[in-house]
Amino acid sequence: MLCAPCSVQLVTFNFDHIYIMLTIKNLRVSVEGMEILKGINLNIKPGEIHAIMGPNGSGKSTLGNVLAGKEDYEVTEGEIDFMGEDLLELAPEDRARKGLFLSFQYPVEIPGVPMVNFLKASINEHRKYKGLEPLTASEFLKLMREKKEMLHLDSQLTNRSVNEGFSGGEKKKNEIFQMAMLEPKLAILDETDSGLDIDALKVVAEGVNALKDPQRSVIVITHYQRLLDYIIPDFVHVLYKGRIVKSAGKELAMELEEKGYDWIKKELV
Amino acid sequence: MTQPAINNKIAVSEKYAELFHASRSLLDEGSSPLFNRMREIAVKRFEQSGIPGFKNESYKYTNLQAVFDKDYHPAIQYRKPEIDLNQVFRCDVPLLDTYTVLLVNGWYYEGNQKLQGLPAGTTVGSIRQIANEEPELLQNCLNRLAGLSSDPLVALNTAFAQDGFFLHVPDQVVLEKPIQVINLLSAKEPVFATQRNLIIVGEHSQAKVIFCDHTWDACELLSNSVTEMFVGRESVFDFYVVQNQNNQANSVNSAFVKQEDHSNLLTCIATLHGGMIRNNLNININGEHAEAHLFGMSFTDKKQHIDNFTNVEHNKPNCMSNQLYKNVLDEDSVGAFAGRIHVARDAQKTNAFQRNNNVLLSDTAKMNTKPQLIIDADDVKCSHGATIGQIDEEALFYLRARGIPETDARLMLMNAFAHEVIQEIRIEPLRNRIDELVEKRLRGELARCHSCDKN
Repeated sequence: MLCAPCSVQLVTFNFDHIYIMLTIKNLRVSVEGMEILKGINLNIKPGEIHAIMGPNGSGKSTLGNVLAGKEDYEVTEGEIDFMGEDLLELAPEDRARKGLFLSFQYPVEIPGVPMVNFLKASINEHRKYKGLEPLTASEFLKLMREKKEMLHLDSQLTNRSVNEGFSGGEKKKNEIFQMAMLEPKLAILDETDSGLDIDALKVVAEGVNALKDPQRSVIVITHYQRLLDYIIPDFVHVLYKGRIVKSAGKELAMELEEKGYDWIKKELV
Repeated sequence: MTQPAINNKIAVSEKYAELFHASRSLLDEGSSPLFNRMREIAVKRFEQSGIPGFKNESYKYTNLQAVFDKDYHPAIQYRKPEIDLNQVFRCDVPLLDTYTVLLVNGWYYEGNQKLQGLPAGTTVGSIRQIANEEPELLQNCLNRLAGLSSDPLVALNTAFAQDGFFLHVPDQVVLEKPIQVINLLSAKEPVFATQRNLIIVGEHSQAKVIFCDHTWDACELLSNSVTEMFVGRESVFDFYVVQNQNNQANSVNSAFVKQEDHSNLLTCIATLHGGMIRNNLNININGEHAEAHLFGMSFTDKKQHIDNFTNVEHNKPNCMSNQLYKNVLDEDSVGAFAGRIHVARDAQKTNAFQRNNNVLLSDTAKMNTKPQLIIDADDVKCSHGATIGQIDEEALFYLRARGIPETDARLMLMNAFAHEVIQEIRIEPLRNRIDELVEKRLRGELARCHSCDKN
C-alpha cells in the first residue's frame, strides 16, 4: 500500500468516506407549510459526539426525524450526505440498514408484535444488507442475553410486545438496548434523558458509553446538561428558531445550564 | 325502493318455496319423521317473510337477494363424489390429532371411516342416519333452538334439512381429541346446499369441534347451514370455524348455543376466503355462572362480503360474555358486524363485553359496525367498543426505522392485529396453523390450508 503509486488515491478515497460521516448542508425543512429548520449546517466525523441543545420548539426533534426519514416533513432545500450517499433519497429502512439509528423521543407501543420477533427481524435485515447469513435462534438469544446484561435490563422486557405497557424509563432503556443490538454507525438520541430518573439516566449513559467506538458517532439531542455529565460531548450546538446559532466545546453545555438560553437569545439581538 | 325490486324479492322467495313444494317427496324420502314433521311449519314461516331484505334490521348490511336470485341446483339427493375423499382430503396439520369426518354439500360422506378410540357412549355421525336409528338421542334437542328463531333463512334450512353432522357427548366424558368436520362444497354446476348440524354436550363433559369450510371447485355455490349446540352443566365446549372457500361461494351459517350452569363456551370464526358470508351466532345463557367467549376475525379483499351477527341472551344472573371481532378489509370488500347483547330482567351481576376493531387498507373498502345493548337489569357491567381505522403510521415508521422493509412491517402490524384473536384459540396446533394461514393470507398468497388440499 505504501509503495504503490495508487496508494495516495486510496487514502483520499478513504478520507472522503470515513473522515466525514454526516454532512448536512443548508437544510431547510417545513411541516404543513411552516418552516421549522431554516438552513442547518453540520459535519460529523466518526467517533465524535455532538450534543444539540436548545429551547422548546427550536427544531431539535425535527432534525432527528428528518435524518431518520419520517415522511411528515418536507425538505425544501439543502442536502444530507451520509457516508457518501444522499440520505434524503433513501427509505427509512435503508437508512437504518446503512447504520443510522434514531432513539425515539416517544417510542411507540406496538401490541401484538413480540419484542423477540421484532428484534430478530431487525437484526437479520441489517445482516442481510451486509451480506451476512441470518443469526440462528441460539446465536440470537446469546446476543440478546449479552446486551441485556450489559444494560442491566429486566430480562422480562423481551418477553413482551414492543414497548407495550413499558414505563417511561423502560421505553428509553429499550431504545438503548436496540441500539446495542444493532450497533449503528450513527446514533441519534432524541431526548433520551427526558422522563428518566437518575438511576435510569446512568444506565442509559453507561450503555451509550459502552458502545463508544472510534468509528461510531452520536448525536445527543437534549434540553438539559444533565445527560452530558455522563456522555461527554466533543461539540455542543445550540439550535434556536431553526438555526444553529452557537457551536462550541463541552463547556458550552455548562454555561447553558448556568445561564439558560436567554443570554444566547440576547446575543443574537 | 322501486316496484320491480319488491316484485323481485317476492319472486326470489317464491322460487325457494316452489322448489320446496316440488321436491317435498324427495326431501321426505329416507328422512326421519323428526325432520319431516318440521317442514310444513318451517316453510310457512319462510313464505311469510321471504328472503330478508334491507328492511330487516338484522340483515341491514347484507343484500341476500342477489345471492339467492341466481339459479342453483339444489343438493337434495346425496351424490357420491367421483373420488375417494379419504384419500385426497387428509388434513396433516402437524400435531393436530383429530377425529375427522367429511361432509359433501351438506351430506355426510358415506366413505367416512368409523372413528376409532372414541370414549364409550359418544356418538358421531350423520344426523340423518342417527335420527332414523336412534331418534331418542336428538328428539329433545332438534330444532329446540332454531325453531324459536324468527330468521326466515333458519326456517328455510329447517324446511330443506336432510343431513348434517351430529355429535352427542354423554355426561362426564372428556373428548381428548378435537373433532374436525370438513364441510366440502363440490359441484360442477352452481349448487344450493342445506346442512343441519346438532351437537349435544352433556354435563361435566368436554369437547372441541372444528369446522373447516372448503370448496372443491371454482363454481358458484350457496350454502345455508344451521348448527344447534347444547352445552350442559359444568361442561367446556369449543367451537372453531375456519372458512376458506372460493370467492364465489356464498354461505349463510346460523349457529345456536344454549348454555347451562357453570358451562364454558368458546367460539372462534376465522374467515380467510369466501364470497358473501353471513355468520349468525346466537347464544342463550340459560344457567348461572356460565361463560361465553366469542371471537372472530376476517381478512377480505376483492369483492368479498363478510357479515358477522351475534346475539347474546343473558337470561340468568352471574354470567359473563366476552366478544372480540376483528376485520382487515382491502380493495372493494365490505364487512359488517352487529352485536346484540340482551340482559334479561333478573340477570343481575352480568358481565358482558363486546369489542369490534377494523382496519381498512384501501379507500374503497367499507365496514359497518353496530353494537346493540338491551339491558333490563340494574346491577350489571356491560361495555362495547368499535373502531375503524387504518394501519398505525407511527408504528410503521418505528419498525422501518429499525431496518424492517415497509411490506414486512405492514404485515407484522396486521398479524399483530389479528393475533389478539388467534391467541385465544385453545388448541395449540390449530392456533399455529391459523397463524400461518393468516400470514399467508396477508402476504396475498393463496391461503388454502394446503395440507388439506388436493394432493
